[in-house]
Amino acid sequence: MRAGRAAALLWRRGVSTVTHGWWPVGAHYRAGVPASASPSRAVLDVAGHAPLRPAARTALLEAFDQGWADPRRLYAEARRARLLLDGAREAVAAVVGARTEEVDLLPTHTAALHAGVRSVARGRRRHGADVVVGAVERAAVHAAASFVAQRGDGVVARVPADRHGKVDADALAAAAGPRTVLAALQHANGEVGTLQPVAAAHDALRRLGVPLLVDAGASLGHVEVGPAWDVLAADAGDWGGPPLGVLVTRAGVRRSPDWPEDEDRWSPGGVAVPLALAAAVALQDAVAGRAAADVHRRALVEEVRVRVAAEVPDVEVVGDPDARLPHVVTFSCLYVDGEALVTRLDREGLGVGSGSACTSGALEPSHVLAAMGVLTHGNVRLALPVDVRAEDVRRLCDVLPRVVADVRAAAGATGL
Amino acid sequence: MSEDVGPDARGSEADGAADHGAAGWAVDVDARGLRCPAPVLRAAVAARALPAGALLRVLATDPAAAVDLPAWARMRGHAVVRCDRSGDDVVVTVRLGG
Repeated sequence: MRAGRAAALLWRRGVSTVTHGWWPVGAHYRAGVPASASPSRAVLDVAGHAPLRPAARTALLEAFDQGWADPRRLYAEARRARLLLDGAREAVAAVVGARTEEVDLLPTHTAALHAGVRSVARGRRRHGADVVVGAVERAAVHAAASFVAQRGDGVVARVPADRHGKVDADALAAAAGPRTVLAALQHANGEVGTLQPVAAAHDALRRLGVPLLVDAGASLGHVEVGPAWDVLAADAGDWGGPPLGVLVTRAGVRRSPDWPEDEDRWSPGGVAVPLALAAAVALQDAVAGRAAADVHRRALVEEVRVRVAAEVPDVEVVGDPDARLPHVVTFSCLYVDGEALVTRLDREGLGVGSGSACTSGALEPSHVLAAMGVLTHGNVRLALPVDVRAEDVRRLCDVLPRVVADVRAAAGATGL
Repeated sequence: MSEDVGPDARGSEADGAADHGAAGWAVDVDARGLRCPAPVLRAAVAARALPAGALLRVLATDPAAAVDLPAWARMRGHAVVRCDRSGDDVVVTVRLGG
């Protein structure tokens, strides 16, 4: 039946089905995933992978018609694709307060972070190869910092975070020395929601002449990111665009590619024009609705923080209670296996994330929770979508005490 | 591994490897080879049977234990006396609160 429908669709578009033996017949049924529109299901963990905004979806489809051509070529269709691509960069530049030529688009957020660290380290290599990073930066930042430091006989200074996950701005600046080529501090932590003191860090580092890379992957589209950065990275997938990395480098920052030459010097091979356009439209849409989404989600996050702390015994709600993102909330339950908790909640129709080791297939738990010194097992992480329904968040709060008690009872963790 | 924990000091709450040392009750919990939250669970079960002020030493190999045992102690009002990590081994000693 699936193949028949696919054939009908393709026929209607005048495409032969003869060569379409690859069509994954029945893949949806085999995966056993209920339709996302089901009223009994709610995904409350959309960090980096938010549902595509309707405006972005429309833009994406239109751009596939209008911007399919290669923007590097010179005929009319190609020039139209180039206009759409430059328009997308201009729109992103306007939101972050930059010039269009300072904005580069890369295939993923990880690629943007890698390119940011590598190109600045390369451009400033006459100073050395030391890098300063906050302990709770994303794994891609830690990995890129180690990569460039190792290559140039430099060292990576990892600046500790406090119990709330906040990195001290003065400590970050104090860790920088004459051989430091770059410092990295995220705008906010995407796992626990804590805002970082990027303005103070940027001030202190500027006096030392060290550029600051700010990872706004969890912030842009949700809160005002501000001007306190020299290099900015962000993630279109997080604000309801298609997955796409954004890297903005201030004109004054010395950088140099450490990868092969390409016509698109800072993003070899470029990105698909329709994805770029949809990402920009999604960002404009996110910014237009940001104030309302902030009020809506901040109230629900506060409700989760209060109710979980009050209604679930032996639980620790983590992250700064006040200086935080509006949509992220995390807590850890003592004596509870994170994987069991996520699986049980999924069965209740609730999709949640976790920083516990057993949920990632890795042996090491979330380095963010570990750096904060908070419980890493029994962890639940929420990143609420903009249009999250209050009843779904309340349903989570309602079922959580029972689910946690069940998981504890199954593990023999009662009366402790 | 810290010098004061050798194979002969091993035990578990089930083995009843408890003794009256100069520092009061001292008990070892061997949670090596167990994944979190099992080491913390073992520690909590052992702690339940002990008086306030007792020393509890937990041996584990799960990397999460180095974070989770001190976090458990903090949440339960116990004091971490020492926390050693050597190779794959984690040894956390806590003095139980009231």
